Amino acid sequence: MITFVLMVNRQGQTRLSRYYQPVELSRRAALEADVVRCCLSRKKDQCSFVEYKDFKLIYRQYAALYIVVGVTDSENELSVYELVHNFVEVLDKYFSRVSELDIMFNLDRVHILLDEMIQNGHIVETNKSRVLAPLTALDKMADS
Amino acid sequence: MALKIVKGSIDRMFDKNLQDLVRGIRNHKEDEAKYISTCIDEIKQELKQDNIAVKANAVCKLTYLQMLGYDVSWAAFNIVEVMSSSKFTYKRIGYLAASQCFHESTDVIMLTTNQIRKDLSSPNQYDTGVALTGLSCFVTPDLARDLANDIMTLMSHTKPYIRKKAVLIMYKVFLKYPESLRPAFPRLKEKLEDPDPGVQSAAVNVICELARRNPKNYLSLAPLFFKLMTSSTNNWVLIKIIKLFGALTPLEPRLGKKLIEPLTNLIHRKIHIFSSHKMLCSQSHLIVSLSRIAVLISLSSGMPNHSASIQVMKYLGLLAMSKILKTHPKSVQSHKDLILQCLDDKDESIRLRALDLLYGMVSKKNLMEIVKKLMLHVDKAEGTTYRDELLTKIIDICSQSNYQYITNFEWYISILVELTRLEGTRHGHLIASQMLDVAIRVRAIRVFAVAQMATLLDNAHLLTGNMQRMGICEVLYAAAWICGEFSEHLENPMQTLEAMLRPKVATLPGHIQAVYVQNAAKLFATVLKNQEGNTDSTAAQETSQLMIDRLPLFVQSANLEVQERASCILQLVKYIQKLQQKDVEVAEEVCALFAGELNPVAPKAQKKVPVPEGLDLDAWINEPPSESESEDEQPKAIFAKEEPKHSRPRHTEVDEKELARRREARKQEQANNPFYIKASPSSQKAYQEAPGVEHIPVVQIDLSVPLKVPGLPMSDQYVKLEEERRQKERADKKKKEKKKRKEKRSGRGRKHDSGPESEEDITPAHMVDIVTEEMPENALPSDDDDKDPNDPHKVYDIQGNLQDGSQVVVSVIFENKCDSFLKSMEFNVLDSLNSKLQRPEGSGPHDGLTVPFQLPPGVSNEARFVFTVQSIVMPQKLKGTLTFIVKDSSTHEKLDFKLHFTCTSYLITTPCYSDAFAKLLESGDLKCSSVRLEGVIMPFHHLLARICFHHHFSVVERIDSCASMYSRSIQGHHVCLLVKTSGQTVSIDAKCDEPTLLGNVLDEIKQTFSQC
Repeated sequence: MITFVLMVNRQGQTRLSRYYQPVELSRRAALEADVVRCCLSRKKDQCSFVEYKDFKLIYRQYAALYIVVGVTDSENELSVYELVHNFVEVLDKYFSRVSELDIMFNLDRVHILLDEMIQNGHIVETNKSRVLAPLTALDKMADS
Repeated sequence: MALKIVKGSIDRMFDKNLQDLVRGIRNHKEDEAKYISTCIDEIKQELKQDNIAVKANAVCKLTYLQMLGYDVSWAAFNIVEVMSSSKFTYKRIGYLAASQCFHESTDVIMLTTNQIRKDLSSPNQYDTGVALTGLSCFVTPDLARDLANDIMTLMSHTKPYIRKKAVLIMYKVFLKYPESLRPAFPRLKEKLEDPDPGVQSAAVNVICELARRNPKNYLSLAPLFFKLMTSSTNNWVLIKIIKLFGALTPLEPRLGKKLIEPLTNLIHRKIHIFSSHKMLCSQSHLIVSLSRIAVLISLSSGMPNHSASIQVMKYLGLLAMSKILKTHPKSVQSHKDLILQCLDDKDESIRLRALDLLYGMVSKKNLMEIVKKLMLHVDKAEGTTYRDELLTKIIDICSQSNYQYITNFEWYISILVELTRLEGTRHGHLIASQMLDVAIRVRAIRVFAVAQMATLLDNAHLLTGNMQRMGICEVLYAAAWICGEFSEHLENPMQTLEAMLRPKVATLPGHIQAVYVQNAAKLFATVLKNQEGNTDSTAAQETSQLMIDRLPLFVQSANLEVQERASCILQLVKYIQKLQQKDVEVAEEVCALFAGELNPVAPKAQKKVPVPEGLDLDAWINEPPSESESEDEQPKAIFAKEEPKHSRPRHTEVDEKELARRREARKQEQANNPFYIKASPSSQKAYQEAPGVEHIPVVQIDLSVPLKVPGLPMSDQYVKLEEERRQKERADKKKKEKKKRKEKRSGRGRKHDSGPESEEDITPAHMVDIVTEEMPENALPSDDDDKDPNDPHKVYDIQGNLQDGSQVVVSVIFENKCDSFLKSMEFNVLDSLNSKLQRPEGSGPHDGLTVPFQLPPGVSNEARFVFTVQSIVMPQKLKGTLTFIVKDSSTHEKLDFKLHFTCTSYLITTPCYSDAFAKLLESGDLKCSSVRLEGVIMPFHHLLARICFHHHFSVVERIDSCASMYSRSIQGHHVCLLVKTSGQTVSIDAKCDEPTLLGNVLDEIKQTFSQC
């Protein structure tokens, strides 16, 4: 299963974090820093999987932003790898060319999208239009 | 009131919202912490206001701060307030904050139950949706119990959006409140066929996760999933389904066969799915997919530009291979070159995966080559972690299954020595223990090992050069011990002795110094012995003087053990010197100090020490003072004269029942005490001695490799030598075979495989006897030890957790005597209480076993069946039937048969040495029985041979017309026979610890002789 989803930038600042297994707040910062260090140190031509302690990190880089997903051993690496891209495509569609600032300023919306796609640490929805449906409905409601 | 609202909205205009906060943080890069603390103060003010919009805005900002690592648990109650807002825009902010900050121990969660229930039943689907999503993050057992029913009704909501969310949250509910699974399951199953694909995939998800915890209960759903697999086009759902099948196939082998086709189709279409399906049991499709993976990896490594996605494929391919390796090592081994290539990859993740694969791939043939390659990588590797990983892998690979793949230990020692030259490794200890292990257990290597260790000691300054390399100086521990213990093999003991007493040694860690001191003494003894052999007595005296000069350095050591040993030995040497000055020959006696060889002790030795006769571990050594005793014994009695009554043994007063009760209590206590060494589970007392030293078969050492290698060894040369040796051997073998063929012309035409050499063809360079590990006297013959040391993987181990000694393998020869083709044979036996045919997991107790072959006319073939037998003391007959189809008539035919399990068939020919045999008879545990056979007309040795052959005995000793024989049952009963003959009468006196078994065996022996 997926244990956490992180979005961090090249400076190691967290832009989004979502934990599917309880991790103490005090330990989160250390974990995030460690994870980021792991991913940032890798070159572009290296594969997207890193074994980290007792779980695996799957990451993808989009411009200056890294999306890092921690998974347990039983999770299929490739499905998560593709999910990350799917997630970015969804964001792209919603924000029309998503940028780091979009994510920072609309954190709650990004969370809604993420929650549509991952729940309990499992991938639950990958259809773009279905993922976006609740959020667009919500925006309409707020406008009216 | 109105004024208040107006005031509130005006305030709001000046409030920061989330965007402002983010912007603010970005603008205050230098004093971020200070800025945030002022923000938190503001938020606290905002939370105090009545306006829900202000509160929601504050909570929203808190969620952002929480992400940055600030503790916001103090606002938990405010979050609940925002959650309960009637306006959806605020409500979702509340739920989002809750899902990020709440966890099981957050106490305000209790307050939310009713609010959540209200939201769940809200007419607005997004209210319900946000409640469900939020709930999945912070559901507690209490919430799960209270809300299970509400969620269950939502599972059949009209809106697919709600249905999907409800199905998903049920999984979390099941985990927190398992009782809800039973009532909810039928509805969950329904959802697998929901018209909406989203709901369907949600149901698949939940069931897949549940099934992996307990696959048995979900077997009945297999057909449904099968249908889904062939119809679904969603890759993520497919992966889940295949994973589920991965959990189910071990329980239902037929499923595996059925899956081959759709899976191969899938794999051809979408290779990536493969990595998820683990261990589906059909071989053919595995091979197919394996070859595809191999193509993939080779493709990706052939590409000039290592783009990330290709690397991803490579990684996944290797991962999949490691999974296949567990079940089908052979098929992976053929891709060895590819995997070795991956070791050169730039990417550490890929290299680590490839390393893992290597472990399962080595064989005698390629070990040297692979290790050579790894050594190259060790030299090149940057970063200590990867290098350390390589080092441990090399040692793991070489030492696996008791050094099974090592044919040349000299090579191994030189590899170890080369590894010591690694900079900054942490694994010095590991290398040291390998050196010790090899030197102790492989006798033939000692000469070589000692030479190498002496060089190591000589060059110790290289190892201890800087502090960074401290980890590696553990090796010196091993080196010093080996040189001391096997000092008789040393080329130049004097030089080594000097090396060990250098002042520099004092900088080593204490425990190593202690070994140095002790082994210097051993060396000293050897040197003395050599020097006294010569006529020149001054040399010996000089040696003593050297010791006396150097040892005081160690006497001053801060380490207690070093100090103690050094001062002991110093005194000893001083005494020796005194004697030497009087021209007394001392070497002999000094050597006696260290006489005797230390043998390796088997790890299970302690467990195998039998309880000596007459020792009842349950009996009290001293009776504990009972309550009553303390009452009638007055304190003054201590000084008074002991009354005769007190000297009476007390335990006679305790009745049997009381004793039994106490014993029970004690057993209980022992069972609960983790430090108590429990008795061996077998109640059998064993007397057969583990083979003593004189019985160990020491194989003649045939050294075809020159032993002396000047200086430090280079492992490479061994690879070359080994190659040459093998070639020579192969040539020899061919010659021999030619000869053989000539001689055996008349025999059946034998096919010799002169192609690539097989594993068996490779003989070890020097037949090294890996010295048997020492077992205590009277140890139990080990039958529960490692089952098959040759197994590269545990997967081959016999399945099931049967008790040892309760399995009987029956091999049945089927011969087709008619002239039609027979097929679909099924072998079935009616199980009795005592013996059962072992059937594959998942089949019923009356199912037959398919015979794995067909029979053309006139052909015979053998099949083996395994039975479990509880008690072996009685012979038994099992009724069985064989059903088969005659091809021409295609009718089912039946053949009844009986299987006779004689008691003899439970006996295993076990050699027994006469001393152990005598001990066994003396023990008095065995029941006696005897039988007389009349009118036996055959020579005595024929008679013995007959008993040996038919009844699996072995002759222990034979004197004239009298012989003692021994055998052991599969459950460890000892059977001893004393056979005497006089004229035509043969009398057999027998002893066994199981009288019924003995009686039956004797009956069977009698029958054998009555037939002739």
